[in-house]
Amino acid sequence: MPAGADLPRIDGLDKLAGRAAYVDDLPTPGAWHGATVRSSVPRGKIRDIHFDPAFDWNDITIVDHRDIPGPNQLKLIDVDQPVLAAGEVRHKHEPILLLAHPSVHKLRDALRAIRVDVEPLPAILDPAAPLTPDLIQYKSDNVLKHIDIRQGDPGPVFARAAHIIEGEYVTGSQEHVYLETQGMLAQWQDGRLTVRGSMQCPYYVLDALTHLFGRSRDAFRVIQSPVGGGFGGKEEYPSLLAIHAALLAEKSGAPVKMIYDRQEDMAVTTKRHPSRTRHRTALDKDGRLLAMEIDVLLDGGAYVTLSPVVLSRGCIHAAGPYFCENIHIRGEARLTNSPPYGAFRGFGAPQTIFAIERHMDVIAARIGIDPVELRRRNLVRTGQPLATGQIYKEPTDLPALMDRALDLAQYKARTQSHAEFNKSHPFLRRGIGFATFHHGAGFTGGGETYLASEVWIEGKPDGTVELQTAQTDMGQGTTTILTQVVAERLGIPTEQVRVATPDTSRVPNSGPTVASRTAMVVGKLIEQACDDLLHQLGRKSGDPEISDDIRRHASLPGKSLVGRAKYQKPASIQWDDKTYRGDAYATYSWATYVADVEVDLRTCRVRVTDFVALQEVGRVLNTTLATGQIAGGVVQGIGWALYENVVLEDGAMKNCQMTNYVIPSAGDLPPIRVVFEERPSHWGPGGAKGIGELPMDGPAPAIVNAISRAVTTTINEIPVTPELLLKATEGRGHG
Amino acid sequence: MQVHRPYTLHDALALMAATPTPTPIAGGTDLLVSWHHKPKEKLALLDLSQLGGELAAMRLTADTLELGALTTYWDVIASPEVSRAFPLLAEAARQVGAMQIQTRGTWAGNIGNGSPAADGVPVLMAYDATVVLQSTRGRREVQLDGYYTGYKKTVRLPDELIVAIQIPRRTRKAEWFEKVGARAAQTITKVGVAVVNDEKGWRVVANSVAPYVCRCRNLESALQKGQKFKSPEEIRDILKNDIAPINDMRSTAAYRETVLSRVLFYRLADKA
Repeated sequence: MPAGADLPRIDGLDKLAGRAAYVDDLPTPGAWHGATVRSSVPRGKIRDIHFDPAFDWNDITIVDHRDIPGPNQLKLIDVDQPVLAAGEVRHKHEPILLLAHPSVHKLRDALRAIRVDVEPLPAILDPAAPLTPDLIQYKSDNVLKHIDIRQGDPGPVFARAAHIIEGEYVTGSQEHVYLETQGMLAQWQDGRLTVRGSMQCPYYVLDALTHLFGRSRDAFRVIQSPVGGGFGGKEEYPSLLAIHAALLAEKSGAPVKMIYDRQEDMAVTTKRHPSRTRHRTALDKDGRLLAMEIDVLLDGGAYVTLSPVVLSRGCIHAAGPYFCENIHIRGEARLTNSPPYGAFRGFGAPQTIFAIERHMDVIAARIGIDPVELRRRNLVRTGQPLATGQIYKEPTDLPALMDRALDLAQYKARTQSHAEFNKSHPFLRRGIGFATFHHGAGFTGGGETYLASEVWIEGKPDGTVELQTAQTDMGQGTTTILTQVVAERLGIPTEQVRVATPDTSRVPNSGPTVASRTAMVVGKLIEQACDDLLHQLGRKSGDPEISDDIRRHASLPGKSLVGRAKYQKPASIQWDDKTYRGDAYATYSWATYVADVEVDLRTCRVRVTDFVALQEVGRVLNTTLATGQIAGGVVQGIGWALYENVVLEDGAMKNCQMTNYVIPSAGDLPPIRVVFEERPSHWGPGGAKGIGELPMDGPAPAIVNAISRAVTTTINEIPVTPELLLKATEGRGHG
Repeated sequence: MQVHRPYTLHDALALMAATPTPTPIAGGTDLLVSWHHKPKEKLALLDLSQLGGELAAMRLTADTLELGALTTYWDVIASPEVSRAFPLLAEAARQVGAMQIQTRGTWAGNIGNGSPAADGVPVLMAYDATVVLQSTRGRREVQLDGYYTGYKKTVRLPDELIVAIQIPRRTRKAEWFEKVGARAAQTITKVGVAVVNDEKGWRVVANSVAPYVCRCRNLESALQKGQKFKSPEEIRDILKNDIAPINDMRSTAAYRETVLSRVLFYRLADKA
């Protein structure tokens, strides 16, 4: 079956039938359970740890920071985060001690028999709060990362602008709610500390273990077990959990499983960065963008983790898919004493795209121009630069893409019928809104060059091939689409392609499974590795009957048949990390999403009643999977926009249960019409681009634009909970 | 942890009289929430699951519906006769959690747990239900609207077991129920209200707006007098003396009060 055909999910039946063994399902005779003792305050000095003398501690393994063989640092972009607090805690739920015992029941009793005395220190819980010296915990100003993007000179333009429009836009945090909670199993196997678990990035875990234990890479083996959802939540956090499990396994001498329950998972793991974005925009009398000043502030939480790169993607997308000659984007991620915020589908872009797409509607309303027309006049066209100076060279006509989406949604007709409806109904109000946006595929800037990803494809004596990459399938369908890419390039049936389980002892480092990079960046490398294999056979792509050649070559005694490819920066991509100028991404996916909503003014509840998601993502590799991924992203976007409210107490999530953290149910969802415009791109395999994160960007601004029209009130904050909407509409009468 | 599993009501009542007093468990849908995080050393449970007979029976007669203490939400949903006779019971039952909860959770357990957000209690109270309590000392009947005395506080004595709920059959002029939660299904009530107008008059029962599910007696007497309302604010002013909503992680006091009065206003304008 070739690429582009709907190959059913290779892992689908096993998961559907309950046969797939997630880490907690792995039979591990003699395994102990691990647990974590955590800080109960956002910041403080650890004074004492009391172990209840009435409790029998003899057979409990206890690990603290003194048991760490190397540096007590979680290696990510920075090394400021300890894996176990030593002396001071910087956020509520920060790990202090680790316990392990064969009985999960005794382990829970042990947790209750420990009391940690912490002397509270002043904590900063709002990144915008004024700083006093006693609150400074990172460098001189708690700024984890600062970014400046400049184009032209906005300052003087404001003096001659016909309109100056300002706005401030706020987005809340979001919990990933992957179905499978975080889990790791660590054990000694064949002389190596072996870690299996739920993760997106096996090589991140390997690097973190290597650094903390101060040992060589050969001392560890990291294997991905089937992953029940990631959404970014299993990008960096699994490194910490793997280290915890490994420390307990090393000290106890037993295999140790650490599986978080839902409550612990929600309370302690990373979430989406809360944001506050300010826009100040100069326009001419016809609504053309003359200058944009944008300030992006992210709450980074207590340690650096991935905040610098989340901020980077956020800032690059902050000016939207528009042409403006004069732009200044200032971004800051600041420290607070919250558990560190981390990777989440979209990675900073949903926050800034919410801001710009709400701002465009605010501008339209303020200067009295149709929001469609405002966008049409400003959407980037061939030869014009985006914010970083990247010249638009794509084949897609963005205004035409927007028009098609609006047509599909019957935007004009509905705008009119909603106005009629709203005049007559006592308490229901309807509105339609949309967002035009883009999402960069792959790592930002020089990231892909730095990663230098490698993939291998090995021919076997039975004529099959095995694809060896570190790419993880977390439910998004990687295994299936990469199989299709290989089959198409080699011209063999998909049944003859196997995808190796990511295992650092036998797959190369093809980079993390993040950033909408797998299909496009790794997929392209796979094509090159296939070509390399074909070259070794003296054949080329498109040649018939390759299987026999593979069989013959792979059977030669003492020979192996392995096609290899390594990422090399295409000469046409230029990026300067110092000035933040150049090609921020090799390419982007482009979209217009349209949301129809109904607001009940009695309860202030918002129902999304219809949704159109139109996107240009290059060539679609597998329509069923791509449609599913877009629809799933739209649902996650609806959740972020309307339902998912992370309630913080002492900086940490208070409503850490599924009953109190509300994700939309099937009954809350509209029909989601997913439509692709296919324009094959030369950057990805068979013309594909990235799609994983794109659908997270559009729903929130489209929905809030629709709500703002329905209730004729400016709403600039999400989630638009009924409580928030009540406040915003109060004093305006109820209908 | 101790678990008692009596096979007769007689044994169950004897165990209820013992020290420490056990906590009765039927469906377990409240007790098992956050189970792993609860210390269990001092916990004693009285498992009612083996008690059949009267406790498991649901009887509809000419003048009464009696729900044995083990009657589940699903029992009501699945009975066309009961659903027809008391439509709000079925309507409320369908909005409790999901099917897994509806098939295990019991009406008596919902009363016994005493949550202010209980979804089964408003409709029972609006139908003027009576709670039947039994102990080794005897049996007594308590009006449900007098059952609660404070947050999770009730008139039930430690050795008493809820054995049944009785609801009188009456002719009704109006009856409706509205649940406002955070989403369309599987949601805990932020504001709920059940309203019945029968031969004995109006009963308006709200949940999640006070320390316990309560009747809004000031509003009831206004309705009784035939008062018509021109705006939700008028209703809100009356309700101020009936309810005492709070801010918590699920909602705000202002939201609960405003939404309750708006829902009542539009429903009463529609159907009163």
